[in-house]
Amino acid sequence: MFENIKKFASEFFVTGNSLIYAADVSIVLTSLVIVFVLTYYKKWGWLWREWLTTVDHKKIGIMYLISALLMLFRGGVDALLMRTQLAFPNMELLNSEHYNQIFTTHGTIMILFMAMPLMFALFNLVVPLQIGARDVAYPFLNAVSFWLFFFGAMLFNLSFVIGGSPDAGWLSYPPLSENNFSPGPGQNFYIWGIQISGIGSLATGINFFVTILKMRAPGMSLMKMPLFSWSVLSSCIIILFAFPILTVTLGLLFVDRFFGAHFFTLDGGGNPMYYINLIWMWGHPEVYLVVLPAFGVFSEVVSTFTKKRIFGYKSMVFALVSISILSFFTWVHHFFTMAGTTADAFFAVTTMAVAIPTGVKVFNWLFTMFRGRIQMKTPMLWTIAFIPTFLVGGATGVMLAVAPADFQYHNNYFLIAHFHQVLIGGVVFGFFAGIYYWWPKVFGFTLNEHLGKWAFWLWNIGFYTTFMPQYALGFMGMPRRSYTYGWDMGWWPLNFVSTVGAFLMGAGFIFQVWQILYSIKHRDNLRDLTGDPWDGRTLEWSIPSPAPVYNFAVIPRVEVRDDWWYKKQKGVHKKIGAKARNYKSIHMPKDSGIPFIMGLFWFVAGFGFTFEWVWVGVSGLIGVAVSMLARYFQQHTDYYISAEQVEATEALIGGAKG
Amino acid sequence: MKLGKLLHQSKVLFLAATSLVLLAGCGRSQYVVLDPAGPVAQKQYDLIILSVILLAVFIIPVLIFFAYVVFRYRDKPGNRAMFKPEWDDNKTLEVIWWSIPILVIGILSFFTVRDTFALSEPPSKEGKPMTIQVTSLDWKWLFLYPEQGIATVNYVKIPTNTAVNFELTTDAPINSFWVPQLGGQKYTLPGKVLNLWLQADKEGSYYGTANNFSGEGFTEMKFQVIAEPKQRFDKWIEQIKETSPELTLKDYAVLRKPGLVEKQQYSSFPPNLFNDILDKNGGQYYKSIQTKEQTSIRQN
Ligand code: HEM
Ligand SMILES: [Cu+2]
Ligand SMILES: [Cu+2]
Repeated sequence: MFENIKKFASEFFVTGNSLIYAADVSIVLTSLVIVFVLTYYKKWGWLWREWLTTVDHKKIGIMYLISALLMLFRGGVDALLMRTQLAFPNMELLNSEHYNQIFTTHGTIMILFMAMPLMFALFNLVVPLQIGARDVAYPFLNAVSFWLFFFGAMLFNLSFVIGGSPDAGWLSYPPLSENNFSPGPGQNFYIWGIQISGIGSLATGINFFVTILKMRAPGMSLMKMPLFSWSVLSSCIIILFAFPILTVTLGLLFVDRFFGAHFFTLDGGGNPMYYINLIWMWGHPEVYLVVLPAFGVFSEVVSTFTKKRIFGYKSMVFALVSISILSFFTWVHHFFTMAGTTADAFFAVTTMAVAIPTGVKVFNWLFTMFRGRIQMKTPMLWTIAFIPTFLVGGATGVMLAVAPADFQYHNNYFLIAHFHQVLIGGVVFGFFAGIYYWWPKVFGFTLNEHLGKWAFWLWNIGFYTTFMPQYALGFMGMPRRSYTYGWDMGWWPLNFVSTVGAFLMGAGFIFQVWQILYSIKHRDNLRDLTGDPWDGRTLEWSIPSPAPVYNFAVIPRVEVRDDWWYKKQKGVHKKIGAKARNYKSIHMPKDSGIPFIMGLFWFVAGFGFTFEWVWVGVSGLIGVAVSMLARYFQQHTDYYISAEQVEATEALIGGAKG
Repeated sequence: MKLGKLLHQSKVLFLAATSLVLLAGCGRSQYVVLDPAGPVAQKQYDLIILSVILLAVFIIPVLIFFAYVVFRYRDKPGNRAMFKPEWDDNKTLEVIWWSIPILVIGILSFFTVRDTFALSEPPSKEGKPMTIQVTSLDWKWLFLYPEQGIATVNYVKIPTNTAVNFELTTDAPINSFWVPQLGGQKYTLPGKVLNLWLQADKEGSYYGTANNFSGEGFTEMKFQVIAEPKQRFDKWIEQIKETSPELTLKDYAVLRKPGLVEKQQYSSFPPNLFNDILDKNGGQYYKSIQTKEQTSIRQN
């Protein structure tokens, strides 16, 4: 009996590595601390009422933000482990098996559990406020999306301590990811973690697509809509078409692994190339859908901090939409080295074509700054750093798109340098700029600028130190995903420099955490009492910070682009409040515990199928179905905030600029 | 010819710049991609240089203008630069900056398409091309010489100045076959043959590597390509035939098992080995025109 338990435990829990034991201990300790604090301060009820059951887009946004920053930490630790292993030839910090797991989890986490939720955080925190709406189109679904993401991410992260991590790369090509080369739960964690959160992402895409099309304030025609909202719309278009492909692809891989089908193995008439095509039909649009909202952030920030209208608004909109369409016609560039000649030629040209609208956007940002007045606040600093970084990253992208030349860059460190340059310099810098920019709106106080500048410089110097040498390493023939190398290759000086850079970025992250904690502590001095700390241009700055539950006591009527700015210019914004004194009651969605419970059931289902405990998996799915039915039969899903209550709240928070 | 000269000069300039900035002490030979030893790698190298120059011509002025704008228009008391907060549209400018990227991309597309097709042909028309069949295994490389009848593991010899048609497949997860100094890589797919033309003009020993992640031993999957003049190559073949053991199906079964091995050579191999490997991995599903074409090349 005891022997059996011991045997089970040694297979179930990941064993044999001190790093993992340390992680186990820290996970258990952190959980105990959280439970203790919540119990001691009697906060369980608060947690449930205020957060776990909320359908308020602002709170959901905050939860996305916190989760994304935690995942950035996890992915960052992965990165530092890999870089340390590569700092010197023949290092023995990680063996091949561990290294393979770590690069797999690093890639998956950074794209799907860091970049995506950080992006959804901005969607949630900003879009309804920016278009003058009281919430998203489907608040309940919004909560479902968050909890699916959250439990998907938890499931994926669990693999680190239970069952073993996936180790077939962030896109897991078969046959390597099939049962005969990757048996056991690791690869299943990958499938189910991504599958569950992916369904959530698809729902978010639908939600914001409808929100933007249907819930704009009266008078805000599409061509008067702020560019960030436009970028979200373009990103949602990509999500709508790309995520179903991912769901199907992972589903088929699961069928292969679980039922022994042959969709992606040749021996039964399937083909791994089907998978590779499908995963990139999702994967390429995926990298563009995370960068478009970053473009949107830069457009808002540039305009606000140069005190100037955005240059070439129509070009910008056209570029956003054309990028979202073009992104579906380039996927083959990820495997030029397996496609045929004609396909290579065709997809090389379509890929390069994407660079055209992208280049145009850069010119428009530049000319927004030209003849403006540039205020070097942290959001603007990140934007200024983004431009040269992205120009070079885009240029190396075009180099990769030259198909015959790509035969020499593919899968080596040149490629690694390219995509980190666009993903860090574009996506991460963009989302950071967005967080710094909208932080006061979300939390009601600004962040300390001094610490923010330290973080900024460390990140930037670290970035160039890390990735410029990697381009050169590509020319030296260093394949990506090598876990070590010998002295004879001449690779170590550049690898060493790269590792130093990675630690500088790590230090930048620590400064950001410090900056946030410091600013929370000193929030009374940093309060944003105006609701408009940057002298902004768009609607979100017309309401108090943080926004009340109902966002707008009175829905604004929009007349021009940058409506709030021109109301301020004309001085009419003060009258809005005066006129609006006869508030009406506001219709709001009720909170609900179902999304959280449904997420939990998905987790149970995913966990069951991961370990092939069918009865657990099936009961999880039954739980999911029951939660849906429960929602279906639920009555009274909404309520009204009375006019008096609105008036009282507005008086208290000094809203509507009286 | 003038353009050619210009291109050459800028090439030299570019190399000088890279060697200053990047190499910082190490020899150029470590930059294998920038040190082509055959016509395929050379063509790819030329394209790399061309794209770098074209893009630099575009990027560098933009970067300079960017630096100027950031400096000139910063919000400092007493900055007297022009300030036009309502200026947001200019048709001429928009036309200009839609056309510049279109032009750059247009030129680059032309060369890309031209060379994509050029590289699917044998690199040199004269002389008889030779075929070598490559199989990636867990975690080693098996080379079969159908014309000479020998086989090697983890290294391959080729005659110089001869176009070599590498026929690639795998009996393990997907991999990629890459010899940077001879030319860019191709994937090895199960059940299917992809072919890659390479040629060495200089004699020497070239670094080759597995380049698509394939599991635990992937990092160690390096191999050597040794290019020798035809006579020495022929002698080597004879020597292998006389002194090395045969590769039997049993040996192959051992070789196929996951693990690492040293360099090996064999005087012969089962005649149908390569096709059997293909068929076993589902090759019957690929009776494509392409493979038929290849067999006909081989039979000529
Ligand atoms: C100017 C626009 C761009 C062009 C022309 C371009 C081109 C390319 C090409 C041709 C590849 C494949 C190279 C290879 O596998 O050998 C590639 C890889 C990649 N690109 Fe880009 N790219 C551009 C912008 C971006 C952006 C904006 C992002 C993300 C925000 C991005 C993320 C990636 C990633 C993640 C990969 C590698 C994925 C992998 O193999 O794991 N790229 N890019
Ligand atoms: Cu990374
Ligand atoms: Cu792509």
